[in-house]
Amino acid sequence: MQDLLYFFQQLINGLTIGSTYALIAIGYTMVYGIIGMINFAHGEIYMIGAYTALIAITGLAALGIAWLPVILIVALVCAMIVSSSMGWAVERVAYRPVRGRHRLIPLISAIGMSIFLQNYVHLAQGSRNIGFPALIEGGFRFGSADSFQTSISYMQITIFITTLVCMTLLSLFISRSRIGRACRAVSQDLGMANLLGIDTNRIISATFIIGAALAAVAGLLLGMYYGSIDPLFGFIAGLKAFTAAVLGGIGSIPGAMLGGLILGVAESMTSGYLSGEYKDVVSFGLLILILLFKPTGLLGKPEVEKI
Amino acid sequence: MAAHNLKHALFCAIVTLVIAYPILGFNLTSSGTNIVLEGAKTHTIGLVLLAAVAVFLFQLFRDNITGLLGKAPALNPLANRQPMEQSKRLKLESTLLTLIIVGALFWPFFVSRGSVDLATLVLIYVMLALGLNVVVGLAGLLDLGYVAFYAVGAYTFALLSQYYGVSFWFALPLGALLAALFGLVLGFPVLRLRGDYLAIVTLGFGEIIRILLNNMTNLTGGPNGIGGIPDPTLFGMEFGRRVKEEGNTSFHETFGIAYSSEHKIIFLYLIALVLAVITALVIRRLMRMPVGRAWEALREDEIAARSLGLSRTAVKLSAFTIGAFFAGFAGTVFASKQGFISPESFVFLESAIILAIVVLGGMGSQMGVILAAIAVTILPELAREFSEYRMLIFGAAMVLMMVWRPQGLLPMRRIHIELKAQE
Repeated sequence: MQDLLYFFQQLINGLTIGSTYALIAIGYTMVYGIIGMINFAHGEIYMIGAYTALIAITGLAALGIAWLPVILIVALVCAMIVSSSMGWAVERVAYRPVRGRHRLIPLISAIGMSIFLQNYVHLAQGSRNIGFPALIEGGFRFGSADSFQTSISYMQITIFITTLVCMTLLSLFISRSRIGRACRAVSQDLGMANLLGIDTNRIISATFIIGAALAAVAGLLLGMYYGSIDPLFGFIAGLKAFTAAVLGGIGSIPGAMLGGLILGVAESMTSGYLSGEYKDVVSFGLLILILLFKPTGLLGKPEVEKI
Repeated sequence: MAAHNLKHALFCAIVTLVIAYPILGFNLTSSGTNIVLEGAKTHTIGLVLLAAVAVFLFQLFRDNITGLLGKAPALNPLANRQPMEQSKRLKLESTLLTLIIVGALFWPFFVSRGSVDLATLVLIYVMLALGLNVVVGLAGLLDLGYVAFYAVGAYTFALLSQYYGVSFWFALPLGALLAALFGLVLGFPVLRLRGDYLAIVTLGFGEIIRILLNNMTNLTGGPNGIGGIPDPTLFGMEFGRRVKEEGNTSFHETFGIAYSSEHKIIFLYLIALVLAVITALVIRRLMRMPVGRAWEALREDEIAARSLGLSRTAVKLSAFTIGAFFAGFAGTVFASKQGFISPESFVFLESAIILAIVVLGGMGSQMGVILAAIAVTILPELAREFSEYRMLIFGAAMVLMMVWRPQGLLPMRRIHIELKAQE
């Protein structure tokens, strides 16, 4: 019984982290699906989202507004606006001019952008980590009081619900809306979509904006969950999310969700049963293994190399 | 058209404000357990507004500005000159190089201790960048975990000297070979992967090595690192004031000169110089050998190269292993120079700096990479007040180089034979 409760605890923690990884992974997978490049700066956009959210929360507290829903919604909207603008600007400045060149050139440009954004926030806000107020406290507990108790905090429930809502909205958007349809067309064949009158530049910008907005949501949620942020925390989270995207099959949106959840659970099981220090080793090792044995991921389509 | 331009310019200016103002305009400071929001200084906010106006004006008159730039006479007055004749250029280059190397041999005896120390660091970066240049520049494999091989070299020396008392000269080839072995073992499975996947896998590998070094506390000392790494000796002569090891003599007593701590630093510098020159020469040779041609062929067109009978795995693996080998070299010298190493020195940022050197210098070009290594290491030392902007500038420079001049500042030139003009 005890062991089972412990297992459930790890499972819940893993699913919580995993669902935020999935939110970030969407940004990688959509961009990769459409223009075939790894947006290395995506982790930094997520970090900027978390910083903006924190700035908005402290600003509202200074103004004396204390009603929780207002704080959360304002912080979310601010973070989404700033991150999406950042995503749009990054694509415009660093990726559009090098689109279509040799594969390494956009990737190096993206790494440069990632270093630039990290240091931009580092210079503006300092390098030490800043505490993120836990706005949502408390939770449910299961199990008898004298032994191990499984707990689900309200924060974890908020993360699940928000992720679920975002994913549903995204799926509806991609499958029903005009832009979503255009997105799917562009990811199938960019040249053909262009010939049929789709403004591909606009669609590519739209993907960057959607990915960045979802990363901002993850930034706010994970900032509150972990309780502190620093300019470097986007880098590792970005790598993890990329792993999730590859695990699920890069280019596939349901794959990103599945990959995020699997990665989150694998990580929390490692910290729960082995040691917290090795959880990064496990996720990178997982990444290497998938790329070696199933480079298309769980739900991805095989890529045909054309001559 | 004008209305469209105005709308676009306004939009760009607003985006500039949105991305700059929240992050730059407010400072989060913690006072006790609370976090307080403070407005930034007036001049920061002024600069943000100025940037927005600049973006607005640029976007509004974009067509005119680019038109003007296109019409402006070339800034470089030599741009239209005929290139120098091949044989003359080669002769000039080799004399210049010889002069530089001879100068570098005698230079440390006339300058301060600090600058010799810095020069040793520059040479270590030259070695690293030349090694990475083989992998990224020649073979076209983006390796983001290059620092892992550097760490392997450094830790090999540190651990061997700590547990078995192995000296620098034994550890140097061992460290390099072990790093090469790591390259071989990692490279074998991953080199089948496509370019961008390879980049991520190597990045993951670099992080795994660093995390392992950090956590295997009983072997590597974890975050505390390993200290007391011995200095290199010259034919059994030590450079310390007193001889530490039985059977060795000390340098200053053998030659009957007064003890000076500078001897050791100059000696290390000379070792680094010799190793860097060896690295450059070996790689220069390799570039001209069939294997070097194969690297480039595979980079340019994998399918064509394979259909001509090149083995993809063998060619890529050779580049990867050779790159790792020289990183191991550099790592051993680094461990000996610092006398202390910890996982802190082998973070991803270090890989990014080495990559930035290769990209700025011009992928594949040895001369360019050497000059870039010197510039990237020395400039932050000269402009100390700007040193905190160093990485910001690196990042921006990488993006700008990729957009405007992906071939680098001093692009690679292939050896070729020119046909004589017909008379």
